[in-house]
Amino acid sequence: MIDILTDPTQLADFLATSLRLSVPIIFAALGGVLSERSGVFNIGLEGMLLAGCFGAAVGAYFFGTPFAGVAVGMFFGLLGALILAYLSITLGVSQIVSGIAINMLMLGLTAFLSRIVFEGQANTMTLSGFKPIAIPLLSQIPVLGPVFFNQDLLVYVMYAMVAGGLWLMYRTRWGLNVRAVGENPRAVDTAGISVVGLRYACVLTSGAIAGLGGCYLVLSQIFLFSEHMSAGKGFIALAAVILGRWNPLGALLACLLFGVFDALQLRLQFANPEVPYQAFVILPYAVSILALVGLVGKPTPPAAVGIPYKREAK
Amino acid sequence: MPGLMRLLYATKSVWAILAALVVGAVFILIAGSDPIAAYGALFTGAFFEYHGIATTLVKMSPLLLAGLAVLLPLRAGLFNIGAEGQIYLGALFAAMAALYLPVMPGWIHIIICSFAGMVGGGLWALIPAYLKARHNINEVIVTLLMNYIGINLVSYATSGPMMEEGAPYPYSAEIPESLWLPHILPRTDAHLGVVIGLVIAMVMYYVFQRTSLGYSMNAVGSNPQAARYAGMSVRRHIIWSLVLGGALAGLAGTYEVLGLKYRLFHAFSAGYGYDGIVVAFLGGGHPLYAAAAALFLAGLRSGANIMQRAVGVPTTVVDTIQGLVVIFVAASLAFRFERSRWAEIWRRRKSLDRALEGEVAPPPPTPSGAQPAGAKPAAENAER
Repeated sequence: MIDILTDPTQLADFLATSLRLSVPIIFAALGGVLSERSGVFNIGLEGMLLAGCFGAAVGAYFFGTPFAGVAVGMFFGLLGALILAYLSITLGVSQIVSGIAINMLMLGLTAFLSRIVFEGQANTMTLSGFKPIAIPLLSQIPVLGPVFFNQDLLVYVMYAMVAGGLWLMYRTRWGLNVRAVGENPRAVDTAGISVVGLRYACVLTSGAIAGLGGCYLVLSQIFLFSEHMSAGKGFIALAAVILGRWNPLGALLACLLFGVFDALQLRLQFANPEVPYQAFVILPYAVSILALVGLVGKPTPPAAVGIPYKREAK
Repeated sequence: MPGLMRLLYATKSVWAILAALVVGAVFILIAGSDPIAAYGALFTGAFFEYHGIATTLVKMSPLLLAGLAVLLPLRAGLFNIGAEGQIYLGALFAAMAALYLPVMPGWIHIIICSFAGMVGGGLWALIPAYLKARHNINEVIVTLLMNYIGINLVSYATSGPMMEEGAPYPYSAEIPESLWLPHILPRTDAHLGVVIGLVIAMVMYYVFQRTSLGYSMNAVGSNPQAARYAGMSVRRHIIWSLVLGGALAGLAGTYEVLGLKYRLFHAFSAGYGYDGIVVAFLGGGHPLYAAAAALFLAGLRSGANIMQRAVGVPTTVVDTIQGLVVIFVAASLAFRFERSRWAEIWRRRKSLDRALEGEVAPPPPTPSGAQPAGAKPAAENAER
């Protein structure tokens, strides 16, 4: 157990596992940040992640290339988000209820359709996936090089998305509008910018990004689709959004923290077979809660999150 | 005419459920089966056969109690997504009370077990309640995450300290027969749990409607600032409503053990806690409607197995339909008669009649806010 601190190869291996475990959550959390910043609480991330998993498997299964998997996976995630957007933005239904409905629908629908589409070989097939690409020079850095720069395409996409998200959110007019619409939609409306349009854009993008997290799970890690393979990752992402203070970089760090604990529990489980495995399984969840409790200062969510915007309401 | 349209709008939830079933029929077609035969098997099996009804009632017990567990905190404006974990903790406490307490008369022991289950579920809900009340930490996320911890706790108990020796699968020893809940239908599994759930729903209805407690909960939920100004402790209401909700979920778990399984099983709840959210939502926050919703969902669940055996449609289609039901009902809530085109047409007809009368007699004074009948078209054009 202690060897991860003394042996550099073990340490690199441990950190690489941590990163891999956190990537799907990072994608979902980035989607969550975008959606919540625009004022829509997205508890449906879990369902969109699962839809992304299924879409990735469908795309890769029928077209034989992981790129098709990514396209279909992101599209399915977006479809899930479309339901949330229509219910909560257009119709003003409770965002929590809409999100839970999406999770249930996706859980049933993906399980149902996977039996029809893959005809019982869902659990035995091996889909074509992404392979690690070592980035010259950067991957030569001791310990951290192979951890961060010998990954597959989707991980590099994730880096770009965090950087792009930060730039978009804090350096562009559009990002300013998004942040404003999450704090004070009436002011944005008064300025002649469409609240509905902005929120739709954010929620749909958030679904596509969460779907990408599902793609990573299928196309880079497991290479098949199994029922309920998202297994609560979308919910952990929700905690990461709060922990990261609704900031893309913060969410990334929070997810990495969960990834480290997940990797740690895998190692502990392996190293201590006499300790009941459940003690380790609950570790990431317990850490999530403790991290929420232990936040220094109070997390302040966007002021308008959870409240449907009605133009005529006073 | 407006009467009929009004009725159609008032029963919109029913239409939404039918619409969800129609979309579900498309999925059954995709699966290669006849939707009419499939739904026929499902609903006959769930509601029109003796043993099927019994199975429906068996499933209704945890669904209703879990639904009430979500509904109670909802009244105070809190989302309890953690009923699943509270069910597990309730079952754990009840099973411990059933297995490890000294021998005593059955009915006293049943009451003690029920109480233990409520304590288990209530304690599990106390954590998110405290965090919400003290630190304003989002209860949605904490209750969600605690589900996973609760499930694993029971998994540990049933595969470790409480595991029956030589059991092939993680489960506890059997509880004494004196603790088995009485059956309400002879020769079936239908147990008293559903009756207890119904009684609690009625009590809740009474408390919500008739007591100051129900009133103050509603006040905290609808306008916490005003409630605080009126001297109610918002913090205390948050804690009690979540803890009582947790206790009800704990009871759901308790009666799964005492009424149906007679043991504590690893992973015994088929997502009843999450289905409880659907029950509370479909019930519109009303305990008695929630009972109707629980009956409907229990029927879907029990009929699903019969449908799978009869026509070979996988039961997962029912999960899909359940999700669709929530989406369609949620969408239907946005449609209100008063804001519909039909109401608009009806208003125009009435104003037309008034205008006609006005040509005979001077126009009556219009109520504030309404347009004078004759000026209406011009005003509308101006708006566009």
